[in-house]
Amino acid sequence: MPLIEFCDISKSFDGELVLDEFNLKIKENEFITLLGPSGCGKTTTLRILGGFETPDTGKVLFKGEDITNLAPNKRPLNTVFQKYALFPNMNIAENIAFGLKISGKSKEYINDKIKYALKLVNLSGFEKRSVDSLSGGQQQRIAIARAIVNEPKILLLDEPLGALDLKLRQEMQYELIRLKKELGITFLYVTHDQEEALTMSDKVVVMNQGYIQQMGTPEEIYNEPENAFVADFIGDSNIIDAVMIEDRVVKICGHIFSCIDEGFGRNKPVDVVIRPEDIIIGKPGEGTIDGTVTSNVFIGVHYEMCIEAGGFEWLVQNTTSYPVGTRVSMKVAPENIQIMHKPQSEDEEAMALDE
Amino acid sequence: MNRNIKRIFSGPFLAFILCGTIIPMVVIAFYGLTDRSGAFTVDNIFAIVTGDHPQALGLSLLLAFISTIICLIIAFPLGLILKDSNLGKKGFMIFVFILPMWMNFLLRTMAWQVLLERNGVINLILKSLELPLLDIINTPTAVVLGMVYDYLPFMVLPIYNAMIKIDNSLIEAAYDLGASKATVLKRIIVPLSVPGIVSGITMVFVPSLTTFAISTMLGGGKVNLIGNIIEQEFTVSSNWNLGAGLSLVMMVFIVISMIMIEKFDREGEGNML
Amino acid sequence: MMNFKTRKIASKVCRGLYLAAILLFLYLPILTLMVLSFNDGKTMTKWMGFSFRWYEEMLGNKVIMDALINTLTIAFWAAAIATVIGLLACIGMNSMKEKSRLMIMGLNNIPLLNADIVTGISIMLMFVVCGISLNYGTVLFSHITFCIPYVILSVMPKFKQLQNSTYEAALDLGASPAYAFFKVVLPDIMPGVLSGFLLSFTMSVDDFVITHFTRGAGINTLSTLIYSQVKVGIRPTLYALSTVIFLLVLIILVIVNILSSRKNR
Repeated sequence: MPLIEFCDISKSFDGELVLDEFNLKIKENEFITLLGPSGCGKTTTLRILGGFETPDTGKVLFKGEDITNLAPNKRPLNTVFQKYALFPNMNIAENIAFGLKISGKSKEYINDKIKYALKLVNLSGFEKRSVDSLSGGQQQRIAIARAIVNEPKILLLDEPLGALDLKLRQEMQYELIRLKKELGITFLYVTHDQEEALTMSDKVVVMNQGYIQQMGTPEEIYNEPENAFVADFIGDSNIIDAVMIEDRVVKICGHIFSCIDEGFGRNKPVDVVIRPEDIIIGKPGEGTIDGTVTSNVFIGVHYEMCIEAGGFEWLVQNTTSYPVGTRVSMKVAPENIQIMHKPQSEDEEAMALDE
Repeated sequence: MNRNIKRIFSGPFLAFILCGTIIPMVVIAFYGLTDRSGAFTVDNIFAIVTGDHPQALGLSLLLAFISTIICLIIAFPLGLILKDSNLGKKGFMIFVFILPMWMNFLLRTMAWQVLLERNGVINLILKSLELPLLDIINTPTAVVLGMVYDYLPFMVLPIYNAMIKIDNSLIEAAYDLGASKATVLKRIIVPLSVPGIVSGITMVFVPSLTTFAISTMLGGGKVNLIGNIIEQEFTVSSNWNLGAGLSLVMMVFIVISMIMIEKFDREGEGNML
Repeated sequence: MMNFKTRKIASKVCRGLYLAAILLFLYLPILTLMVLSFNDGKTMTKWMGFSFRWYEEMLGNKVIMDALINTLTIAFWAAAIATVIGLLACIGMNSMKEKSRLMIMGLNNIPLLNADIVTGISIMLMFVVCGISLNYGTVLFSHITFCIPYVILSVMPKFKQLQNSTYEAALDLGASPAYAFFKVVLPDIMPGVLSGFLLSFTMSVDDFVITHFTRGAGINTLSTLIYSQVKVGIRPTLYALSTVIFLLVLIILVIVNILSSRKNR
């Protein structure tokens, strides 16, 4: 039985539909991430599970039990809020002890738990500090400590790293993975940052406009995006109009590429996704298609170049630099060409894909 | 050079502090500590314990205390309701509740006189319904009513402003950690509203303690507050030295009550655990 | 499920009743005055029919009209002068050292925290000691004194929010200090200056106690006039005056509210 089950949840605010018959099952001990642009319904999903919003229709089940109308203070789960929400009128120890005191734990137990939790988040000795004296990253750790001392079955995290700077964010990502392993509980994580989602999750749920676009492991989401939205949202990619000539043969920008997809029919228009790092550059005439380098930027690990070829501007990443104006050729290994159906209508573009 | 020129801009202000605040304070202290001939005396200060003065001071403190508490009891739930109500625009709702503040307070007090008088509107209605008449005009009750009516907006506004600043996610976080409504109120909302409560208390208590207009209009000369006594020393008996001496005593009481409120505030915060 | 919903509704009803009760408490007295102001009779015990009699009498009453004019002119000049002095003071204080600034701000708070009666008496005593007879000018002086703190409290926070860099950028681009102030700094702190002016104006109009002590024999503002008339016995012209003042205040505040909410959009 799944730990959490969302059944046909719909929710609208001021007549605007935010979630439309949303269904999701969360297994025990999973690190699951809801990923999507703002307004996609991910935070609403989290708030419905936390008990801060009531869905218009549908049910939320916890171990098979209906908790849709259960007050938030009665739910066996805890939340780490986007802006930390530490109580400014209490010191760190009081903040962490808040939930434990309410559940009537003994003083020794509470003290032990505070020590344990502070050690877990690498802030031992911070008991007496005030909230304002902490940096954003430290406040974040305390917010996590305050939630996990209550031993929730599932921890909800609402864009917890959004306010931190890049380096701290990367550090905290590893910290969260470690915490998840040590605690052995389920994490439901909400973010709009695809890198965060890919780094930490066991399972990523990509959402847009209240629908689930794709659900799978980070590798599946990255390597086999099911539609143009997912491909565009996750990482950099070239999404190109193409025609499927027959099984394993696709015509992109007037040139024939071989691929590994089958079953799309003959001469069918399709969308093709090619990741910029999968494009191999060679001398003119050596590859499948020839083009001219139009821009070249060094961004650290590699050079990011635009190559104009066949009426399309290809985004290419390569460790070798080709100056602007150079004639080059490009080729792509068949397994790196991802073929997708073209959406038939606007509606289908945002279609629920979990059926 | 530039900085010095800029500092000169404060000149008129400093002149006003000197002439409008500091010199008058010195003068009132001088009057309070001298007699009519100008000789030093402390009689005007100790006059607070003679005659009907202690009674007036005691009554003033009592009525100010009661009206402050009543204002607090009315304003706190009001602030809570306005904070999480979604009745139209929030700014508009608070506006409705503090609008009477902009009307002259003597006119507002007069309205209660009209309502409460023996032949006033309330008694007219009671009479026509053959109910027992209300006889509270010219009693301390009427004065307290007037104080509450006149000063309630001064309590509502700072409490509302403090409450509206409390981030909703703090309240959600408390519920999330298992807190009941009562716990959220006691441990989150009340402590974080304390600054507003404190300034509300001062803004109601000080004018209530020192008023003479409300007690004159609704007390009909039968409710003698310390403010009335001081005012009469200046306008009727013209013993200015005595009036100034009693004013100094009253200032001391204002300062003491402010220190007490401040202390209560600090202790209140210290006791949160 | 049912229980959950009924409880929600019950709490909503309770809140509504509470708000309604307070609104009644706040507005019933004012409404009573309004109704009585249209009563043709002199007593409030009997409804003698609808009339504008008291409004006519009010407009024809020189004492009331003089008091009204005094109230408005004192309020305007007090607010205007206090705003200028307060604004200059904020500029000056900003280039002072932290320590002297804090001390001045502490002095600034005295009239705010002090009881009106003490402020009024002490200013009056000073005038008497200096041999200045009480008149329109002494009232205006005392009003300016208690208005300045409100201006400073409204303007100072705006100065703190102000980024010094915009002023420096203006200088860097060749502006003179005065030009930079009027073109860059002043527009930024304007909301604070305006609210300081309005606050001062209302405080001045509403003041009774300080005016009571610092006015001379012949000078009346509305507040002191009402006080002396109420002591003699209430007259329906005052009901008419209350109605007019309340409606004026309501109209002005509604306009201000609408304008500011439009601006925010």
